[in-house]
Amino acid sequence: MLEINNIVTGYGDMKVLDGITLSVAEGETVALVGSNGAGKTTLLRAISGLIPVWSGNITFNGQDTTKLPAHELPALGIAHIPQGRGVLAQVSVYDNLLLGAYIPSAKSRREESLKEVFKIFPILEEKKTHLGGSLSGGQQQMLAIGRALMSHPKLMILDEPSLGLAPIVVDSVFKIIKDISAQGVSILLIEQNLVEALAVSSRGYVLETGRIALQGKSADLFNNDAVRAAYLGL
Amino acid sequence: MGTGIFLQTTLNGLMIGGVYALVAVGLTLIFGVMKIVNFAQGEFVMLGMYISWMLAHFAGIGPYEGLAISAVIMFLIGYLVFRLLIVRVIGKKDEEFILLTLGLSIFLQNAILMIFSADYLTVTSSMKDSALSFADLTLTLPRIIAFSVALTAVAVLTFLLQKTDTGRAMRACAESREIATVLGINPMRSFTLAFCIGIALAGIAGVLLTPMFYVYPGVGTLFNTTAFVVVVLGGMGSVPGALLGGLIIGIVESLTGSYVSLDLSQLGTFVIFLIVLFFRPSGLFGKRT
Ligand SMILES: Nc1ncnc2c1ncn2[C@@H]1O[C@H](COP(=O)(O)OP(=O)(O)OP(=O)(O)O)[C@@H](O)[C@H]1O
Ligand SMILES: [Mg+2]
Repeated sequence: MLEINNIVTGYGDMKVLDGITLSVAEGETVALVGSNGAGKTTLLRAISGLIPVWSGNITFNGQDTTKLPAHELPALGIAHIPQGRGVLAQVSVYDNLLLGAYIPSAKSRREESLKEVFKIFPILEEKKTHLGGSLSGGQQQMLAIGRALMSHPKLMILDEPSLGLAPIVVDSVFKIIKDISAQGVSILLIEQNLVEALAVSSRGYVLETGRIALQGKSADLFNNDAVRAAYLGL
Repeated sequence: MGTGIFLQTTLNGLMIGGVYALVAVGLTLIFGVMKIVNFAQGEFVMLGMYISWMLAHFAGIGPYEGLAISAVIMFLIGYLVFRLLIVRVIGKKDEEFILLTLGLSIFLQNAILMIFSADYLTVTSSMKDSALSFADLTLTLPRIIAFSVALTAVAVLTFLLQKTDTGRAMRACAESREIATVLGINPMRSFTLAFCIGIALAGIAGVLLTPMFYVYPGVGTLFNTTAFVVVVLGGMGSVPGALLGGLIIGIVESLTGSYVSLDLSQLGTFVIFLIVLFFRPSGLFGKRT
């Protein structure tokens, strides 16, 4: 479904990603782990078209998206939940959700989508008139995920959804990710929280300073000594 | 008698304040969505006045009858200016839009000077001298119309921003171009629309003012200063702030003009401006940082 082919990119003339090849198959949940500054967010920004790719290419369902303007990607079925959740702080919860269904294919069925999202996250219905910025961190993450669901994506990309959340909230976020995956949505999950990320995914990649250092089945990665040493201090 | 004059002056100021609000709402919309301060906003008020004059002079269409035509023409002028000039400075350093819009302001003044000379032109309307009276208060029809149309325009814009998908998209862009983009919004579309609407509002204000003001190439500078004061007073980027700010400045200016001195009418404006900013540095409706 998503094929990333040997891409190189960065900011200005600083190279951040040096030949990344990665794929996500239909219905699959893939974890991408790596330490601070490894280039995880940069990779997501390249996938979403927010920064230009220097070389290599990206295809989504067979279509080359490398040079497409970023705002055309959601209509293809890609929902990107940015690092820090990307909730619009000055916009009401309700309007945040409606904006999730901005693309034409989602707009036509947004009333039912809204009902579904409120069923998954009752708190969002309770707080629908509140500003996005007034929600707690966990609620904002729910809003970000709910908003992404409003677009009925084929692929959901999440950038460190557990960042800054209380452990109990982290658990519920990962449970939600599992539920979404169970509905057939492909997921690319960026995490520093290795244990949880490998637990919900079937395959994983380890990114180190702009290169894929390791890849494989999540279970194998989890038992890999180098991974355990680097990320779990074992 | 004293209170009568006071009320009359306040009311006159309120009516003009509506027009100030309209100019400022356009300015604050452009700033809010695009993060660009349009230093030529007053010159678009001036263009609106000249369009109104031309419609009257060449086609015999009065300012109010031609309001919709003028608004559409101004919207299109806004589009042209956006495509030719403004696109070049979006997302660039602040100096770039400052130089561009300041330059545009000088260019527009001189272009109009060249075409129409520095003569003071007037536009009359059959309604010019009609007035409504109650008790010992009198309001001329042009003031009432200017105020009502201005408030209606602000109300329509507020509805657009709050209740339509186009408006939500503009608010999303105002907050984060990047978040808007990942939601499938084309920020350039929102920018274009915000700019064109902002210019159209300035143009409408110009048209509404023609029955009350002389039309000349430098008339826009009056409104430039006032519009900036109003926008900062209300909180940069806030539409309700610009509305309230416009009404306040209209009243203060009118009161200072009649109780202190006509020459000093802007003084009161700046005093209020400083007082408000002293207590609320980010303006009446500004987001505190
Ligand atoms: N907008 C930017 N301009 C310039 N350099 C940047 C920018 N964003 C990130 N970088 C640099 O690119 C490198 C990779 O950053 P990136 O944000 O992709 O890392 P990350 O893996 O997502 O880290 P984290 O886990 O902290 O989110 C870092 O060295 C960072 O300093
Ligand atoms: Mg990151």
